[in-house]
Amino acid sequence: MHPVLSLIAQRLVLGVLLLFAASVLIFAGTTILPGDVAQQILGQAATPESLANLRAELGLNDPPVTRYFGWLGGVLQGDLGTALTNQRDIAESLGQRLSNTLFLAFWAALISVPLAILLGLTAVRYKDRWPDKLISAVTLASISIPEFLIGYVLMFFVAVQLGWAPSVAMINDSMNFGQKLNAIALPVAVLTLVVLAHMMRMTRAAILNVMQSAYIETAELKGLSTFAVIRKHAFPNAIAPIVNVVMINLAYLVVGVVVIEVVFVYPGMGQYLVDHVSKRDVPVVQACGLIFAAVYIGLNMIADIVSILANPRLRHPK
Amino acid sequence: MSNELEHLSAKVTAGTMTRREFMSRAAALGVTAAVASTMLADAAKAATPVPGGTFRMGVQGGESTNSQDPATWASDVPITIGRLWGETLVRVMPDGSLEGLVAESWEGSADASTWTFKIRENCMFSNGNAVTAEDVMKTMERHSNEESKSGALGIMQGIKSMSADGMSFVVELDGANADLPYLMADYHLMIQPGGGFDNPTAAIGTGAYVMEDYEAGVRATATRRDDYWGGDQTQVAHYDRIELIVLNDATARTAALQSGQVDAINRVEPKVAKLLDRAPNVNVVNVSGRGHYVFIAHVDTAPFDNNDLRLALKYAINRQEMVDKILQGYGGIGNDMPINAAYPLFDQTIPQREFDLDKAREHYEKSGHDGSPIILRTADGAFPGAVDAAALFQASCQAAGIPLEIKREPNDGYWSEVWNKQPFCASYWGGRPVQDQMYATAYLSSADWNDTRWKRDDFDAMLLEARAELDEVKRMEIYSKMGRMLNEEGGLILPMFNDFIDGVSSEVQGYEGDPNADLMNYYAFKETWKA
Repeated sequence: MHPVLSLIAQRLVLGVLLLFAASVLIFAGTTILPGDVAQQILGQAATPESLANLRAELGLNDPPVTRYFGWLGGVLQGDLGTALTNQRDIAESLGQRLSNTLFLAFWAALISVPLAILLGLTAVRYKDRWPDKLISAVTLASISIPEFLIGYVLMFFVAVQLGWAPSVAMINDSMNFGQKLNAIALPVAVLTLVVLAHMMRMTRAAILNVMQSAYIETAELKGLSTFAVIRKHAFPNAIAPIVNVVMINLAYLVVGVVVIEVVFVYPGMGQYLVDHVSKRDVPVVQACGLIFAAVYIGLNMIADIVSILANPRLRHPK
Repeated sequence: MSNELEHLSAKVTAGTMTRREFMSRAAALGVTAAVASTMLADAAKAATPVPGGTFRMGVQGGESTNSQDPATWASDVPITIGRLWGETLVRVMPDGSLEGLVAESWEGSADASTWTFKIRENCMFSNGNAVTAEDVMKTMERHSNEESKSGALGIMQGIKSMSADGMSFVVELDGANADLPYLMADYHLMIQPGGGFDNPTAAIGTGAYVMEDYEAGVRATATRRDDYWGGDQTQVAHYDRIELIVLNDATARTAALQSGQVDAINRVEPKVAKLLDRAPNVNVVNVSGRGHYVFIAHVDTAPFDNNDLRLALKYAINRQEMVDKILQGYGGIGNDMPINAAYPLFDQTIPQREFDLDKAREHYEKSGHDGSPIILRTADGAFPGAVDAAALFQASCQAAGIPLEIKREPNDGYWSEVWNKQPFCASYWGGRPVQDQMYATAYLSSADWNDTRWKRDDFDAMLLEARAELDEVKRMEIYSKMGRMLNEEGGLILPMFNDFIDGVSSEVQGYEGDPNADLMNYYAFKETWKA
């Protein structure tokens, strides 16, 4: 078997084991939190009788191990179950939230990744001159400001004062594509500002590192222009670290944007997960956890494979 | 200038300014008499409801875990959505009186222990079936039977039996209760077909709207029904369509109102309310209600079992400072009893406890407390500003030599682990429509939510006596005694009653505060219109 294929197979098996371990951890974690789903649903209005009735109805009186394996059995047959809190089908409501999250992450990535790489390349081209310093200063400043603050500032000026984009980024099925894009304009802008610096700085550092090599000097002596040297000789050799950072940021765009979701009232996975954690709705938390873990594992695997493909020594082992 | 004129003409319509006064003010602003009277006519026209349009609400208090089953409702979003499609038997009006919804009329027996509700003849569920007394009885059963998980279970305990006879629904009680009809206004008790036993989340009821789209914790939309019993759109429920979006973040909520994405929001933060009121095209509507922020001590647990210590704490709290700093003036001071002037039969003559550090010190010394720290538990989620309020309380206690210590708890799990478990903590109450219900919910010996452990036979006896007393003067006397008793000896330290503060677009007409709850007791969609 080709070594790349066997590596992918190995990674897939490990990934499944990791998912299993993650589900055990999430289950244990939500179980040791104070209070259970019945108390959280009834809140201040709980009476001992209504609590007991609700617990019996939700099957909370079974021991945790039984509940975990009941859940696992369902998942292995492709059934994520129903939410304890509102008896809705998890696969259905989660599917809607996941597609919203991916929609937002996709547009944020589509803008931020090429922009970050372009800015990184430009910074290398004008190393230590004003464009380099300006790019670094702006991106580092935007990553240093808390994202909710950037969100509120944009909301105040762009949505309230200028009225260019809505402050509530709520999307639903009755909106057309253009309306959806307009609705997510502000959160995409904030997310772009938040992830830009990390990717741009890594591009700059990785390429500068390669630029010290002897073959770059050769290329320069051949008389190639600086951009041509960067594009043809430096960038392909710097791609592995850049892809790694890009993947980390993509994973962040999918799993880590709950603050932005709250600020812009975006119906994504983050808010959905937080709501269910605070209500101790274990099946939903488990399902979200599995998806988030799968996203991380999948993106990391892609980063590894790209690194291998980009490196001739790994691509053609002796 | 035209804003000024509009404001003045609205005053004339509302009756707070005479026409003559308006004309002279308009002249002073350089407006001719002809223009001024046209403006007045416009303002008067705005007071006549205009049917049509969409009303968009941005509401705090919704989560993706919310259910459409009325038994589980506990926060603003599910309740507001519920009012769109569902109705209770009766409704509490802003002035504290009752008005029939599904029930056309009701009558109590002479001893107030049997109540008969007559169901409206022309009242239809949105599935096309007429409401019967059987549906009503089944609904009440679902909220009170042995398997019930309803939030209304607590208030349904005094019911002995229920029966349905033709269009009459009859409730028999264990004892007398002159306020029983008020209990039927509880938002959990939405009348559902067959009581909602088959499908509690179907969202089928007798309300003026039918649900169109619903995504838990995100948004809901509803459209007007043609066959609503209350009349057509010129009479009531004027909008064609209602849209509700869940806006839990306070800044997002005010921004959405200011940028015109919604027409009304609830729970404007007191610290931004004055600024928001100054913004163009937005009004802030606030109304003092029965909700209150409290510090509660268990009277059966040391050191709070000593009344002198409780009095020391009560004298050491600076109520006015709390209203000014925590509520930014949007509220009123409390008097260590859960009742204020927003309740019917409130005795205005009960003396207000003043902030008095000398008396606090005196009672503290008399209590003989050993000087060990008195621990007050608080959390951001206990009530808005609870951590700051605890800090103010600590500072004024310190001035009286009382060693109050704050223990900050996480929001998560506060209601299950701290409130009603720890002997001294911060909390809030939403208030109830009548005194009987408030006392029965939290101050009766047998009450599940007796969060101050106030168990006094003489108090219980007075509550039952008042319940059976149909003479209002005598009832008021009993309630007055009960209030004084809690004020003197209770475990409740009640510094402030909070206002309900809504933000409303100036396009919306007919918006009046309702002391029962925010968003006009969640009926804003039914009673307002857009000019």
